[in-house]
Amino acid sequence: MADATRVSPGEAAKDRGDPGEWIDAGRSWTRARRTTKRARWPARRRLGAGMTALAILIAYAVLVPAVAGIDERMVDLSMAGTVPSAAHPFGTDQAGRDLFVRTAAGLRISLLIAGLCAVLSTILGVAVGALAGALGGWVDRIVMRVVDTVNAVPHLLLGIVIVALYRGSLVAIVASIALTHWAPVARLIRSEVLSLRQREFIDAAISGGASRRRVIRRHFLPAVVPQAVLAAVLLLPHAVWHESALSFLGLGLPPHRASLGTLLDEARESLLLGSWWTLVFPSLMLVLTTLAVAACGAAWRDRVLPRRLAEEMR
Amino acid sequence: MRRRSPRPSPGMPGVGVVENGQIGPRSDHNPCQGLWSVVGQRRRLIARMAFRRLAMVAPVLFLTSAVVFGLAAASPFDPLAGYLGDRYLTSGAAEQEQLRVTLGLDDPWYEQYTRWLGSLLSGDLGTSRVYGQPVAQVLAERLPWTMLLAGTALAGAVLGALVLGVWTAWRQGGLADRLVTGLAHALEGVPPFVSALVAIGVFALGLSWLPVAGLTDAGAEVSFGQVARHLVLPAGVLAIAQMPWLLLHVRQSLLGALGEDHVTGARARGLAARVVMLRHVLPTALLPFITLVGTRLPELVTGAILVESVFSWPGVAEAVVRSATQVDFPMLAALTLLSAVVVLLGSLIADVAYALLDPRVATDG
Repeated sequence: MADATRVSPGEAAKDRGDPGEWIDAGRSWTRARRTTKRARWPARRRLGAGMTALAILIAYAVLVPAVAGIDERMVDLSMAGTVPSAAHPFGTDQAGRDLFVRTAAGLRISLLIAGLCAVLSTILGVAVGALAGALGGWVDRIVMRVVDTVNAVPHLLLGIVIVALYRGSLVAIVASIALTHWAPVARLIRSEVLSLRQREFIDAAISGGASRRRVIRRHFLPAVVPQAVLAAVLLLPHAVWHESALSFLGLGLPPHRASLGTLLDEARESLLLGSWWTLVFPSLMLVLTTLAVAACGAAWRDRVLPRRLAEEMR
Repeated sequence: MRRRSPRPSPGMPGVGVVENGQIGPRSDHNPCQGLWSVVGQRRRLIARMAFRRLAMVAPVLFLTSAVVFGLAAASPFDPLAGYLGDRYLTSGAAEQEQLRVTLGLDDPWYEQYTRWLGSLLSGDLGTSRVYGQPVAQVLAERLPWTMLLAGTALAGAVLGALVLGVWTAWRQGGLADRLVTGLAHALEGVPPFVSALVAIGVFALGLSWLPVAGLTDAGAEVSFGQVARHLVLPAGVLAIAQMPWLLLHVRQSLLGALGEDHVTGARARGLAARVVMLRHVLPTALLPFITLVGTRLPELVTGAILVESVFSWPGVAEAVVRSATQVDFPMLAALTLLSAVVVLLGSLIADVAYALLDPRVATDG
């Protein structure tokens, strides 16, 4: 982005010889518009907006099932497939279950699974990456081959294989997500540790007699904490997608347990009967959650680690 | 791409010749000779890189299949249930025991694995229970449809990303730019199965323009018109799933290239904006795009699994879901291996193409 070279609008309008003008030379001969206001919000504001959206979503997921007093599994066939109304803001599904409550319960379990998986795979990735980076040599080489292997198989496919073999339990789903998402984190942490190894305070610690274990625990791990937290936040939307994709394909949670994926799987059939609301509200929640978390992660990265490569954690 | 070489003129300061990878002053001998040897050397380096990467493919595939077998061995799931399917509950204990022995299910997993590996090397992938056919035959029947779908989608996504990316970079900051980039950022948050359902809801059910699912209408022959009509929605959804990321990258690298010195220089020489854009900005800015497309293949496979299962497209990715729900192990193992091959070869081809097209790229690693 040309943010770094952009000059404040008033100045640029007055003085065409401003260096900001010719560093950003492409703008002068393409059909670029001079933007009168800043194109992007500052990181603090984006972080605030993302956090607010996320807080609202979490409050919805936690409070609604508790306050509404309706069990999300309660079937009421007389109310099957009703259009959204005051009594049922999101309508009801084909079994007459209230979708407002059911979506909240689904969002809650999806977020819970995703959060657990993001934390687990970050811990795994940090442990593996720090070990590989700190020990080097053949350990590093073997670990990197394993990382290559995990990366070579598309995550969803590997997750499907794991879930298929260990069917039907929450543990299987968590394992399927956690075991497939640690590889990028490990790679990131390893490269971070490799660059830390060149720094003088590590040399000082080693010449001061610190053992390898002490260097890893007291110097490497604390130094990669910001990276690890960021990685966990950026993994969260991936994990939400992964869980809902598995449930959507009928390989995740059993159909009666509401998750965003199972809700969408049900929507696939009710859509043919014309109930658009069964699709719209769960997918809206899914998309909003993804975007809110991604916005928080990006803003946090811009704030804490301004020149870190956004590439490394695709 | 043919470029006219700059005409040497008497007043031109000494043009450097690349020799041994270094730029030196013009020497006495024919400069072309030096250049050609550099080109030949470069080709050899690229070939070496390709071989090194190919040699790395085998261990990774070996490890992948070993991991899948290890996972299967550690699972509480009885492989005999996978083999017998519904008959598992009705068959007697003696019959089951005999099957166990003949299939070698009581052997340790590494023995089963080496057996599987041996038959794989002789071209036998085992038999799929779900489809009641040899795995190789199932793959041969379904692979072309997946390639048609994924190929169309990838081509559409790349084309769309290029056109929109160039357009938005050209009109940076304008209404179209803000609209397209905003939409792309939003679409990055929409998983393919959601966009697939929305597309079905709008175009198939709401407007009734296109069929809901399948390869052809029920009972109709497989013909070009039928398949083309049924291809539009799945390929479109898969393309939309890949496009935002590619589009934002194209725009970003174009914006970077617009400010570079050689572009400013070309513009200062008075070349038309169109010429500068097409001949000077695009070639350099779009080279990294080739590797980007290569790294995008895992996402394409993931998207294909979801899209094919929503649209009941008879490809290999749909077979993944079906064989997973019924734990058809030979099928799953073969599909995992196949996807690993696709991903590794895809990134290899992309890197080689990049190195061939851009002489500045390093060939080690």
